[in-house]
Amino acid sequence: MIAKTSMAMTSLLVATLAFSIVPLFAAGRTQRANATRLVLATTTSTENSGLLAELLPPFEARHNAVVDVIAVGTGQALQIGRSGDADVLMVHAPQLERAFVADGYGIKRVYFMYNDFVLLGPAEDPAGVGGTAEVSEAFARIAQARAEFISRGDNSGTHVKEREIWDLAAVDTTGVWYREVGQGMGAVITLANERRAYTLADRGTYLSYIGGVEIGVLYEGDALLFNPYGIIAVNPERHPHVKLELGQALIEHVTSPLGRELIAGYRVGGEQLFFPDND
Amino acid sequence: MNLASLIEALRLLVIWDRELAAITFNSLHFAIASTLIAALIGTPIGVVFAFREFRAKRTVVAATHTLMGLPTVVVGLLVFSLLSRSGPLGGLGLMFTPTAVIIGQAVLALPIVVSLVYGGLARLDPELAETLQTLGATRLQRTVKIVREGRIAVVSAILTAFGRVVGEVGTAMMLGGNVRWYTRTITTAIALETQKGAFALSVALGIVLMTVAFGVNFGLNYLVRFRPGNRAI
Repeated sequence: MIAKTSMAMTSLLVATLAFSIVPLFAAGRTQRANATRLVLATTTSTENSGLLAELLPPFEARHNAVVDVIAVGTGQALQIGRSGDADVLMVHAPQLERAFVADGYGIKRVYFMYNDFVLLGPAEDPAGVGGTAEVSEAFARIAQARAEFISRGDNSGTHVKEREIWDLAAVDTTGVWYREVGQGMGAVITLANERRAYTLADRGTYLSYIGGVEIGVLYEGDALLFNPYGIIAVNPERHPHVKLELGQALIEHVTSPLGRELIAGYRVGGEQLFFPDND
Repeated sequence: MNLASLIEALRLLVIWDRELAAITFNSLHFAIASTLIAALIGTPIGVVFAFREFRAKRTVVAATHTLMGLPTVVVGLLVFSLLSRSGPLGGLGLMFTPTAVIIGQAVLALPIVVSLVYGGLARLDPELAETLQTLGATRLQRTVKIVREGRIAVVSAILTAFGRVVGEVGTAMMLGGNVRWYTRTITTAIALETQKGAFALSVALGIVLMTVAFGVNFGLNYLVRFRPGNRAI
């Protein structure tokens, strides 16, 4: 009887080992043989908008690579880069990016595309931001009306931009009307829509959500709302294990004529979401 | 959420959509692997708890029991700080891989296995271990015999642990990063893909997860209630 049980225990052990090793050969996925994995920590907007699903496959095919996309806010993406847990970062907070490179964590910040931020809100526009001349004035009116505003609150590029505008408007945002939710762009648009609240969003993500939400653009066009995206390879001097060569190849891909064409050609509902840098 | 999403969800289930299948596979794979690891480590510990006296046993048992409710995000944080490139095990390069998720879920499952195995076996005849010793059984033989006697307790402990990890989202998200085709699980997909308006996929995944959870619970019920001669529970 004990021999029988030992056999059961042995099969259990074998099963455990098998299941622990299987991840390498996971079924049901388009895994290329011997593909190299490249970890890309990116802002949620590039992922949530669907751009990366268009931009990455040609790169993956050409370099026999699989890009693992970790979609988080820019602040967290930079943090993942600092810890060495990603090879390449795709982010949109120029000041934070410059600091990242200056501290030696990134090799170089390459500016490769842009879009702009828009102020979203309910059609009734209770704070009356519609007719304002500058975005800081629009924000000041929201604060004055104590109209509900949903903030990313996650140190993402959009959050950094939003804080910059509040500072410019010289507004104290403590109050129940100002809600920091600590979530990605898509979640925040969904939340703001449910609450019929105001929020600052990048146009790319907003356009990819436009079909499902009833809040709309109430203010746009201020030069302050320009939203440049950068791509940075993590510096192997800080983290020797990073895949620099493949990372550089990805940077070359997104700035190449093909990459620019894919970015410019990506449309949701007929609208262009991102614009390749045209220096 | 609307009727169209529900119909689309059913369609995905019927055709067994490739992405739906891959995500389900990941979830089951991570949960089964982590539960098996926790079972292999936790069952012997539970046996020791049940049949041996040692210093501060009550405290250790109480602590293990408390750890059953370990918050998933705390485990995520703990394992994250170990596995990150900046952490002590960073050299292994495991962050944002299936292995990282399996490690995190095994940590979650371990106290559940230990605690429930202990709870089940403690009800067996306390003289069993002594008798076996008198009969000259080796330590391994004694353990195997005890586990056999209390197998229903052991199996239900393992199923309970599986039920916990298959439905958890905290560690899977923090350690796996919700990477498509790679570490995306049913729970991380529902949590994050819903935001993107992928309702149909989320609903289909929710149905799969509920089916798994019901299946495990029915299995548990069957084991505990309807097995004749069940002495363990």
